[in-house]
Amino acid sequence: MSFWEYANPKKFMGWTAPVLPYVFGAAALCLTVGLIWGFFFTPDDFRQGSTVKIIYLHVPAATMATGTWFMMLAASLIWVVRRHHVSALAARAAAPIGLTMTLIGLLTGAIWGQPMWGTYWAWDPRLTSFLILFLFYLGYIAMWEAIEDPDTAADLTSVLCMVGSVFAILSRYAVNFWNQGLHQGASLSLDAEEHVSDVFWQPLVICIVGFVLLFVGLVLMRTRTEIRARRIRALEARARRA
Amino acid sequence: MLRVTDVTCARGGIPVLSEVSFDVTASKALILRGPNGIGKTTLLRTLAGLQPALGGDVDADVDDLAYASHADGIKTALSVTENLKFWADIYGNPVPDTIWEAFDLADLQDRIAGTLSAGQKRRLGLARLGVIGRKILFLDEPTVSLDGFSVKLFAKWLQDTHLAGGGIAVIATHIDLGIDAPELDLTPFKADLNIGGGADEAFL
Amino acid sequence: MIALLLRDLRLAVRAGGGFGLGLAFFLIVIILVPFGVGPQVDLLTRIAPGILWIASLLAALLSLDRIFALDFEDGSLGLLATSPLPLEGAALMKALAHWITTGLPLTIVAPALGFLLSLAPEAYSYLLLSLLLGTPALSMIGTFGAALTVGLRRGGLLLSLLVLPLYVPTLIFGAEAVRRGADGLDATGALILLGTITAGCFALLPFATAATLRMNLR
Repeated sequence: MSFWEYANPKKFMGWTAPVLPYVFGAAALCLTVGLIWGFFFTPDDFRQGSTVKIIYLHVPAATMATGTWFMMLAASLIWVVRRHHVSALAARAAAPIGLTMTLIGLLTGAIWGQPMWGTYWAWDPRLTSFLILFLFYLGYIAMWEAIEDPDTAADLTSVLCMVGSVFAILSRYAVNFWNQGLHQGASLSLDAEEHVSDVFWQPLVICIVGFVLLFVGLVLMRTRTEIRARRIRALEARARRA
Repeated sequence: MLRVTDVTCARGGIPVLSEVSFDVTASKALILRGPNGIGKTTLLRTLAGLQPALGGDVDADVDDLAYASHADGIKTALSVTENLKFWADIYGNPVPDTIWEAFDLADLQDRIAGTLSAGQKRRLGLARLGVIGRKILFLDEPTVSLDGFSVKLFAKWLQDTHLAGGGIAVIATHIDLGIDAPELDLTPFKADLNIGGGADEAFL
Repeated sequence: MIALLLRDLRLAVRAGGGFGLGLAFFLIVIILVPFGVGPQVDLLTRIAPGILWIASLLAALLSLDRIFALDFEDGSLGLLATSPLPLEGAALMKALAHWITTGLPLTIVAPALGFLLSLAPEAYSYLLLSLLLGTPALSMIGTFGAALTVGLRRGGLLLSLLVLPLYVPTLIFGAEAVRRGADGLDATGALILLGTITAGCFALLPFATAATLRMNLR
């Protein structure tokens, strides 16, 4: 028995079915607690007023927007090295979630930006790199949709994801070079002096955990759908031959 | 010497032929037969190393293999000579002087390939086999759109130049080339419906 | 490898090769810009570096789908893959041929078009240098994108969607170098970074391109 056995499609379907409700339950609990705590039981910021509370959606979404890409990169590498079908399908399943998270991050950012900076959008490095990330997601998803043979699609999107990652990081540095921004530093970091104070920090962590759990649940669910779709495909191909 | 042992090959992720085995010794050819769709092209492409086999061994030096089908890489904007010279250069060989006579291209040398007839273009495509210097040829319907005279011309080149020089040819064809070669019917090798190894196997 | 390069160059200049189309496109885009933004000289001077870079990027994009598509259709690509020529070398030569037929001519005519957009006199040398350093990267990245989409029926549009985001760093550093040159600032940093991207692309992308081609040919 090795760890990789759980990546067999049948095994995967087996162990995810009972796990899924718990993941979604925990995600719902965390999000309910975190959001209610954040929205109603934290003080208004002395400068930003109540607008600061959008942080409980903005920061977790932005975290997951980049986190999803890293998860896709890891899944792509596993597919290339070990050729586990579930890994490739999980990467495929994650992409639209990452796209949505990026979009939520951009929209909540715009809503926050209007009262704070007086504008919905500015070509600030952070904002711009999220926009570029959005384009990467679009290209990745379009690539999956365009190729008929599922294994070739998995191969090609994996290469795209790996090369894309390098260019995404390059772009991140390039936009810093191109424009110094107005966006504040990271809201959460272990050593920074200026990160948000404890009253805001605790519900934020709960919200982030909630988003991660929600992401895991959605990826598992979507991967299960992809596996079923592949199974239908395989059965149809077999029926045609019979 | 080409030895094929228990090769199983797949088209679009589905096994089509299973455990094909045969030997061809130097200076010999083998004709593959079978109805349309049995997997002749798939087998030839697999043997030539263009796609991975699901199982089995092909015992031959990869640098001796060449595959040729109707898509023969002829550039219509280049002249006949330029086309042949290009492939000869890629393989690091000179263009042998005999090639023009062998494929009846002597009068066409300076013609732009786009102005050739289908049969003439086909002859040019086959002439490519004469400049690449590969020992083991996998030929997929080499005589499509050739007239009777050109078929004889090609068979003569195959017999007198390629095979006589120690080469090997595995040919999928529906017509009689008139060369002395054993035939292998692929029908018995048709892959069983329940054989494993396809791309979708993990999902069944 | 040289044989492949020469063949591609020959094909590009022969009838139907499309050589010159990219240049004509470049010219038209530059001419259209003043119609769109107005003829004020100071405005044109300010946006000229960016417009010139974006126009050359789009012109390079235009011919990308031809890099492998024709060779794929007539079987040449499959034959090249089984020839003694390593596919990595073929990818490199393809990118080089694309650069010689699009990037290099664009670089040469760009100063003339900069004149149309009233580019600042100090910026011409930076424009030439940045295009010379940057357009090879556009060709190499584009070759990779072309390899990704080679087997697809409607690959052209997808190719643009995949390649354009990859062009972001090159565009930023290239246009920034010209802008700094125009403003009389030091552009060395931008040029060095631009050169680094090009060198990195040529060192790594031929391998990714060859791997991609093998996947598509299977």
